[in-house]
Amino acid sequence: MLKPVQWDDSRASEIIAMHASLDGAALPVLHALQDEFGFIPDQAIPLVASALNLSKAEIHGIVTFYHDFRRTPPGRHVLKLCRAEACQSMNSSGLAIDFLSKLGISWGETTRDGTLTVEGVYCLGLCACSPSALFDGEPIGRLDMARLDAVVQQARDS
Amino acid sequence: MMRVFLSQDAASLALGAGRIGHMLSDEATRRGIVLDLVRTGSRGLFWLEPLVEIETPEGRIAYGPLSPADIPSLFEAGFLQGAPHARRIGRMEEHSYLARQRRLTFARCGIVDPLSLQDYRAHDGFKALECALRLAPAAVVDEVRESGLRGRGGAGFPTAIKWDTVLHRDAGQKYVVCNADEGDSGTFADRMLMEGDPFCLIEGMLIAGLAVGATKGFIYIRSEYLHAFRVMSRAIEIATEAGYLGPSVLGSGRSFELETRLGAGAYICGEETSLLESLEGKRGVVRAKPPVPAIEGLFGKPTVVNNALSFAVIPWILAHGAKAYADYGMGRSRGTMPVQLAGNVRQGGLIELGFGVTLRELVYDFGGGTMTGRSVKAVQVGGPLGAYFPESMLDLPFDYETLAAAKGMLGHGGIVVFDDTVDLAQQARFAFEFCAAESCGKCTPCRIGAVRGVEVLDRIIAGVERERNFALLDDLCQLMTDASLCAMGGLTPVPVRSGLAHFPDDFDKAPPLRAAAE
Repeated sequence: MLKPVQWDDSRASEIIAMHASLDGAALPVLHALQDEFGFIPDQAIPLVASALNLSKAEIHGIVTFYHDFRRTPPGRHVLKLCRAEACQSMNSSGLAIDFLSKLGISWGETTRDGTLTVEGVYCLGLCACSPSALFDGEPIGRLDMARLDAVVQQARDS
Repeated sequence: MMRVFLSQDAASLALGAGRIGHMLSDEATRRGIVLDLVRTGSRGLFWLEPLVEIETPEGRIAYGPLSPADIPSLFEAGFLQGAPHARRIGRMEEHSYLARQRRLTFARCGIVDPLSLQDYRAHDGFKALECALRLAPAAVVDEVRESGLRGRGGAGFPTAIKWDTVLHRDAGQKYVVCNADEGDSGTFADRMLMEGDPFCLIEGMLIAGLAVGATKGFIYIRSEYLHAFRVMSRAIEIATEAGYLGPSVLGSGRSFELETRLGAGAYICGEETSLLESLEGKRGVVRAKPPVPAIEGLFGKPTVVNNALSFAVIPWILAHGAKAYADYGMGRSRGTMPVQLAGNVRQGGLIELGFGVTLRELVYDFGGGTMTGRSVKAVQVGGPLGAYFPESMLDLPFDYETLAAAKGMLGHGGIVVFDDTVDLAQQARFAFEFCAAESCGKCTPCRIGAVRGVEVLDRIIAGVERERNFALLDDLCQLMTDASLCAMGGLTPVPVRSGLAHFPDDFDKAPPLRAAAE
């Protein structure tokens, strides 16, 4: 479960400083910020840029290039559903369509109660037990609607 | 104390191994039995997981696939003594799926505790490193050359040529970079290896560093592989504390340090120059080649970039000799390939074998046909940029040149099986859709071509001006093949064209329509 930590400039600066001395620090810094706050808000960009001696445009470019980095807060839980070929061969596409319409959301959106964000990913390396997903980082294989319903219930209960 | 082995590979966890582990411990405690539960990587026979193995005088006896309901009856039956039970498999080494394999790269995976140096050494670990420390750098490169090893990431480029180039560059700093951005659907060998035998990858990279004169290495791991990232990072700490990594490798006076880096969900970062950009902390935009990374790589320095599997087999080659490795395989594909069998298949998993095994043997003899029990219609070999082959072509041997001659590719060794419900027109459309989502955007053929490809296929699928759109599609595929900067745009036409060539009926379902009025 993600920690609902409010954005805080001084905490963010601490996190940035912890990783800024790494070679090619931008990705480690941005990952650390997202781990803490759940997303990369616009306020983060000048802070990271200044700490790494890069332009704001460069940091903006990095944040928007990589699919992992969110620019808006996710729900309390995140489900990453695989959309790649191995899972398609086990009808993941049909399953995802039904599941999303049940939740009333599209890819990348959060349920209205703020419980669950569903993101599409291309391959989790769990291709011998397709369809697969990550729920708050924990792998799930051989997904079907019953498993997905259980995930939603678990998300609502915690 | 009873030693019990259970995999904590991400796929094993996805199949419920975590819960089985808790239940085993709880049930043992309830019965006053002290268990030494060893967490291993996976053997790679996923339809048998969760799988538990018990150490007995007759060897390790396996039970699986286990459901929570099986646990009490396992204890009742006396599984800790290897007693009979409905789920008893026996010794895994004798299981036909494993007995037919040639596990060189994956010799230890699923057997050892991934983070135990003692286990690693007990299973021949670091013998190759000691050998490499005795040899002159050029002699190590020669050994790799003689093994015939080609890059296991997908391109199949001879590994020794890269190493030799970096070795002969005069530079103050050189790097070794492991590409563990295993993004191809249907592949999971890098992940299994990093989770199950991380020291093997460390040893391979160390040997590469010593051979080319690099003092620093990075392992770039995709962010979808958080479990692998954690195991790998911890293994590096352990190896550093033990003196295998650091300013003086095993007291030799030669230094080599390693760091892990996490990707951020960009398929393109599996392309080596894009990966280097990403490691440098930039957008993962492809570089034009030349210069190749061996000349100007990470931070502009000479850099060996190899796939995780290429590095991981180096210790075996050095310890057993290049010839022993080259004795496996066929034609110009020497050695073994860890094949990954995935998708709609009954017995999916990891199959390491010498090159030359046919797709049919893999899909049927190992895989047992489809999971759904329907007939096999297509297999996609080599990831999202690989070809779809029909059932009638399954006698093709698994070999770089043969698959290329059949207008496909071996790639990173993934095979995704589809049953007769698959629609190849939709799969072709997906190939473009995926390329549009994952293109780095640097070159026009890939960035724009992928989007146009989706549009053209949508018209074909809808039956709009089919002849004209087929001509346009062909033209687009040719342009992307010829003019894209890297393999992403250049190979996206491969799945599309293979679909058209082998499954033309799938593109001809809708009744013809005329063009909508402009």
